Amino acid sequence: MTDVFLNGKFVGETEQPKELVREVREKRRDGTLPEEFNARYNVDEENIRINTDSGRVRRPLVRVEDGEPLLTEEHVEKIKEGEMKWSDLVEEGIIEWIDASEEEDLLVAPREEEITEKHTHIEIHPANILGINASLVPFPEYNRGDRISYGAKMIGQTLGFYSANYPLRADTKSNILSYPQTPLVTTQTEEAVELEKHPAGQNVVVALLSYKGFNIEDALIVNRSSVERGFARSYFFRTYDAEKQRYSGGQEDDIGIPDKDVRGYRSEEAYSHLSEDGVVPPEVDIESGDVLVGKTSPLRFMGTGEFVTGMQNRRETSVTVRHGEGGVSDKVLLSETEDGNKLVKVTLREKRVPELGDKFATRHGQKGVIGLLEPEEDLPFTKDGVTPDVILNPHGIPSRQTVGQLLEVLAGKVGALSGQKVDATPFTGEKEEDLREKLRELGFRSDGKEVLYNGTTGEMMEAEIFQGIVYYEKLEHMVSNKIHARSRGPVTLLTKQPTEGRAKEGGLRLGEMEKDCFIGHGASMTLKERFSSDEVTLPICKECGVIAVEDENKGEVRCPMCEESEHVEDVEMSYAFKLLLDELKSMTIYPKMNIEESV
Amino acid sequence: MDYEEKVDEMCEELPEKVRSRLVDRMEDEDLSEAEAEELIENTKEAYDKCKFEPGEAIGVVSAQSISEPATQMTMRTYHVAGSAQGVEITQGLPRLIEIVDARKTIKTPSMDVYLKDDYQTEEGAREVANEIRETKMLDVVTEDRIDLLNLVVEFDLDTDSLDNIGLSEEEVISNLNKGRRKYEAESEDGMVKIVPKEDDISVRDLQKMKNKVMDKHLKGIKGISQAVVTETDGEWSIQTLGTNLKKVLKVEGVDPTRTVSGDPREMQKVFGIEACRNTILKEGHETIMEQGLDVDVRHMMLVADTMTVDGEIKAIGRYGVAGEKGSVLARASFEVTVRHLTEASIKGEVDELNSTVENVIINQTVPVGTGMYEVSYNPQTE
Repeated sequence: MTDVFLNGKFVGETEQPKELVREVREKRRDGTLPEEFNARYNVDEENIRINTDSGRVRRPLVRVEDGEPLLTEEHVEKIKEGEMKWSDLVEEGIIEWIDASEEEDLLVAPREEEITEKHTHIEIHPANILGINASLVPFPEYNRGDRISYGAKMIGQTLGFYSANYPLRADTKSNILSYPQTPLVTTQTEEAVELEKHPAGQNVVVALLSYKGFNIEDALIVNRSSVERGFARSYFFRTYDAEKQRYSGGQEDDIGIPDKDVRGYRSEEAYSHLSEDGVVPPEVDIESGDVLVGKTSPLRFMGTGEFVTGMQNRRETSVTVRHGEGGVSDKVLLSETEDGNKLVKVTLREKRVPELGDKFATRHGQKGVIGLLEPEEDLPFTKDGVTPDVILNPHGIPSRQTVGQLLEVLAGKVGALSGQKVDATPFTGEKEEDLREKLRELGFRSDGKEVLYNGTTGEMMEAEIFQGIVYYEKLEHMVSNKIHARSRGPVTLLTKQPTEGRAKEGGLRLGEMEKDCFIGHGASMTLKERFSSDEVTLPICKECGVIAVEDENKGEVRCPMCEESEHVEDVEMSYAFKLLLDELKSMTIYPKMNIEESV
Repeated sequence: MDYEEKVDEMCEELPEKVRSRLVDRMEDEDLSEAEAEELIENTKEAYDKCKFEPGEAIGVVSAQSISEPATQMTMRTYHVAGSAQGVEITQGLPRLIEIVDARKTIKTPSMDVYLKDDYQTEEGAREVANEIRETKMLDVVTEDRIDLLNLVVEFDLDTDSLDNIGLSEEEVISNLNKGRRKYEAESEDGMVKIVPKEDDISVRDLQKMKNKVMDKHLKGIKGISQAVVTETDGEWSIQTLGTNLKKVLKVEGVDPTRTVSGDPREMQKVFGIEACRNTILKEGHETIMEQGLDVDVRHMMLVADTMTVDGEIKAIGRYGVAGEKGSVLARASFEVTVRHLTEASIKGEVDELNSTVENVIINQTVPVGTGMYEVSYNPQTE
């Protein structure tokens, strides 16, 4: 007896599992059952699992019967003429949506030539075994598998033209590549997902060459003149918002330029960009820390006794530009929230010209950061005067075996010279021989190599250099998002130790293991200095060993225990230790400090 | 010329090993007197440079030198094929932790049994191994039956393994008939027959009796489940799984001067604390080296010494070395903070701030390296 489960629930048993599964599938195909039904007969576990619920990943496959795919030329013609649609094919049971478990029962042929009597389905296209991003990698069948994964992952991090209405949108964070291009070497997936309308990269001339050593460890040497012409230039947009909130007791926020007597008033300069309504107008240069929307709020805790009318009773809650960011105010949006509160959104636009350390990648998982921006006149050139936009280190190729990228160089060259896109769809793209032949016809060496001349001396280079065109992607990891240093800066309220994190202008922690390292080297003084970030000098009563208190009225520092001031001495210690002592005291432990002169 | 005399005269302070190597090397090179003197001077200088200076934080250096490679062990250990012939002994990080924690019970206790010269053959080693390995009834039985008609238990003996172990059927019977028991063992047609003394025994009791007999000790030393004979560099020795050092030492043919257990606690019980220190040192160092990591012995020596200074084994950790630190703050900063603080406040402990951790907490110079010295001079106070 075989158990039958519907959506994971036991519903019955059957003596004829194969027949049951076949019947479910047939009913699905003829429309008696919805097409969401997927059934699987698991021989090992002796059960049938039928799933109809949501959340399953399914993919379309063409059915095969008696060694012949049900999808014929006739259907294709009809679709081309608009007589048939995709949904018709599904309804007629020519194409089925198969989920992960049903696929286990099937034998799927990748292409038509491979169909045998045993096959039940055929792929619509062999590249369908890949996801969208992975099938955007050109010539992936020539690459090592992991490189495709890396390449596919990095496609998701590229800057491009994500939406044509970006000037109207108020995304919290977005990037727009200034001069996006569609790839010369492309896959059918690109067309299918309409990526041509949203390109995310640029075709650049790449030379495989070591040059001054600045492309060591996967770094890239980028032609500075190309950058000046707009290569990889992008804009970063960030939208800040301010809401005029209402509080209990009829109080509300106030959007406008704050008065000087508001608690937490910033410098007058910080508000200088605001127009009368308290909001920055568009196209104004803004620096980090500047106020975008001036706002004040009522105090959080209203004191019981002193209720003074006027602005002293408000606190400053303006929206300011994040630390380390800046730019130009791009657009200002005035609206209302669902609750009817006034809402201000200000979008800031920041130009991002490629700089040292910005990250780039090809679609083959070959990533690197800019190591040198070199003027065009110093770069090597060909007899035609072509200089590379990017110089890639040849050491990055052998160990990673990205043969697909080398093919892309060839194909890109063919594409650029012939003015046509080159098809590099997985498993069905152009073949190497054809590309070589075309290159030869175009008057170039078939191996893609060219004679280069040294840009500074004009001498001919001894070796021919592999040079061609590759589609380069600018990735969202840019130094300007990450650069961070601090010598002095904000500290946390409780411990008086430096704040943590770039956004808070924080320090870099000298952690426990680093501390051990200093001790191991015997560098006591350095260690003390490093840990002095929260150092305080406290008056201590020598007799009682507790912290003395300063009495401003009497102008003396007095021990709270013996109430005398003659034994009080200043002692340096970390504020964290003072906190520990305070906590011990709060738990009725009396930590007494025995103080002596150190000399 | 006599190099040895020269070396002894010029550098007495150097350790024996360095001196003898120096002499050997000088003899190989056949140096002149002036050259020899220069070499000795240079050696002295180089030796001095290798020494730790006062104030060097050797504890931290040792800790780092052992634990940094140990972090690599975590990733690579676990599935190492067992060593020689099926004796699988805990290795890698779990073993290192076991040693350093001074565990009372070790996961896979084992011994290295060395043999006297008379037993330095494969047969001799096997003979001793058979004396050591514990043989139970179940090891020599091929089949067991309960005769329900006559209410007796019958065992078929495995004559091959009996021969290997060096037991005869008579010995099996006599061993089964030792001590208090509720049955009488007899031999019958190459079978061992267990006849209950009680006439009216239930089948269930018979079953119980059968299991008892199966577990009966026939030969060897209790607690040693395996003893594997190995030959290394022409010397035969026995590696065991399970330990009983005290009894093994008394076995004929065992060399009691070299035979050791891998369990530091057992070594301490049998040979004393110095042997225990050496076991920690040897086992710890070997565990690290077996993983292909290179750690200087001296680091492990320091660990072994701190674990055994007061004549008892102390673990490195909360219940040992770290828990016995002199400073309240140092103890509190390492695990179970609250307990140490409450206990210190009840006893009224005083923290002298003599060591590193305490001083890091209050941000004073740590008495290590440049912070060792307390002389200070303030130029402003004339």
